[in-house]
Amino acid sequence: MKRYLARRLLLLVPVLAGVSVIIFMVLHLSPGDPVEIMLGSQATQEDRARLRADLGLDQPLHVQYVRWLGHVARGDLGRSLWMKRPVLAEVLGRFQATLILTGTALGLSTVAGLALGVASATRPNSLLDRVSAMASLFGASMPSFWLGIVLMVVFALWLGWLPASGMYAPYGGGGLGDLLSHLLLPAVTLAAASVTIIARLTRATMLEALGQDYIRTARAKGVVERAVVLRHGLRNALIPIVTVIGVQAGYLLGGAVLTETVFAWPGVGTLMVQGILARDFPLVQGCVLVVALSFVLINLAVDLLYAWFDPRIRYE
Amino acid sequence: MTSVRVEDVGEARALARVAEASTLGRALARTARRNRLAVLAAVGLVAAILLAALAPWLPLLDPDVVDTVKRLRPPLTPGHPFGTDEFGRDLLARLVWGARVSLLAGVVTAAAAMVIGVALGILGGFYSGWIENVVMRLTDILMAFPYVLLAIALVAGLGPGLRNAMIAIAIVGFPIYTRLVRGVVLSLREREFVEAARALGAGDAVILGRHVLPHLVSPVIVAFSLDVGAKILVTAGLSFLGLGTQPPTADWGSMLATGRQFVILSPHVALLPGLAIFVIVLALNLVGDALRDVLDPRTQAG
Repeated sequence: MKRYLARRLLLLVPVLAGVSVIIFMVLHLSPGDPVEIMLGSQATQEDRARLRADLGLDQPLHVQYVRWLGHVARGDLGRSLWMKRPVLAEVLGRFQATLILTGTALGLSTVAGLALGVASATRPNSLLDRVSAMASLFGASMPSFWLGIVLMVVFALWLGWLPASGMYAPYGGGGLGDLLSHLLLPAVTLAAASVTIIARLTRATMLEALGQDYIRTARAKGVVERAVVLRHGLRNALIPIVTVIGVQAGYLLGGAVLTETVFAWPGVGTLMVQGILARDFPLVQGCVLVVALSFVLINLAVDLLYAWFDPRIRYE
Repeated sequence: MTSVRVEDVGEARALARVAEASTLGRALARTARRNRLAVLAAVGLVAAILLAALAPWLPLLDPDVVDTVKRLRPPLTPGHPFGTDEFGRDLLARLVWGARVSLLAGVVTAAAAMVIGVALGILGGFYSGWIENVVMRLTDILMAFPYVLLAIALVAGLGPGLRNAMIAIAIVGFPIYTRLVRGVVLSLREREFVEAARALGAGDAVILGRHVLPHLVSPVIVAFSLDVGAKILVTAGLSFLGLGTQPPTADWGSMLATGRQFVILSPHVALLPGLAIFVIVLALNLVGDALRDVLDPRTQAG
């Protein structure tokens, strides 16, 4: 396991290098001069040249990249042009809200997806199975931001059961109950597509696992059906399911941008969109970097989980 | 011993092609009989495409004419079957004109991603060594980002706007095709008919064109047909965030975004464009699934 871990960590190096180059290049090759944005059009030539030198923008691109990477490694993501505050603190403050939202959505979609998938696999072509197949088609075709608006209109505006937006009530809120009531609609919105994907995949792998000889053996031994399905079936079907859950984690982190915008959830996504519209490049860079890094770490965790579930992978 | 004349070979090829076409036709007919829903979806899709293509000649109101007196009228208002938006613009006209932008954006971005992805996948699968390494590392790096996030980051760099959003989506989308095609090419590379062709002195171009490309057609068509819907969703998402189509151009995503502000009193302004996206993407997915059943024998009768 240690050797596998070392090899897997080594593989991270080229990916991280590539990710950092892309993030750096995308925002440096973009049209629009940061000096122009910071000083406005009234500034003199000397002022501009001085700021350019201060920011290191007069250096060749690769020198700028190495300098930027050095700063990033020390946790310095620069200052926001728009909010005039350090980017890292700003992004990390918002990242917590994003983690709460995506974490809840991932939990919801995993539990619901597994339950639906196992139920469909044990009763193929039943009403539940057909409804779940239809739902997965709908889930893949529905714009998540539209589903969010529909849920908001029905449950917040018409029925008035849940708050329409934000993370806490503006007055007198702040408790866990307040957070949960604000969290429910965005989390369901974000989870909807993933539930159906996890359910379909669980169904397929479970059907395959339940057709194996060891299942017949277990039944012949007189093992209770529940244990046959869960202990012998699901356990052996878990590896592809874990993969797809890992993929969904990345999808949720990206999709959170849209859901956060619909529900005015104070996460990294809304911060990033505001940053783009304000052409605040250090801020956007910081947001992308933090989310991309967490996705890379999730993928690492998924790979390590496999190796733990299935020792064969370690010796490949 | 009789010699085979060139004309005979040509005729045999033509016959083989007819036979192939008729089996494909029969498979299509069989699927159509079994899968009524897919037929319905295909008819709906064709109708939507026709509507979008013929928009300038249809008896529609001007989608950009502002009439502030008649703003936010509900559906079924005389003269405005789908109601009006916050500027009193006719929603039916805007939906039809918006379809042009949304459908075209989906097809063009999926096609661009397909062309780049297939080309790189062939290169990465057929040539081992540094080419393969470069191609695969590039796709690894692009896939190390959450899909939507990378598209947003690229738009941030390029600047908001429909053209830039489409470029970003095409770049983010090609690794899927690269992975798919490379897998197929890798397995073909070792097959007997490729080795036989090489032994007969065929160059790379001939092998790729005559022995590899034909095997890629079905999987790529299936992936493409399912991808157009996904691309429509992402384009609409970027427009929804204000990073795609810019006002006053109508596009389903941006209509949804502006309609959102009036959702309390006039939910139809936001709900109708979303419904349009949903129905079109659903139809695309139904047709794509049916195509897969026809073209991919492994999933048949599944």
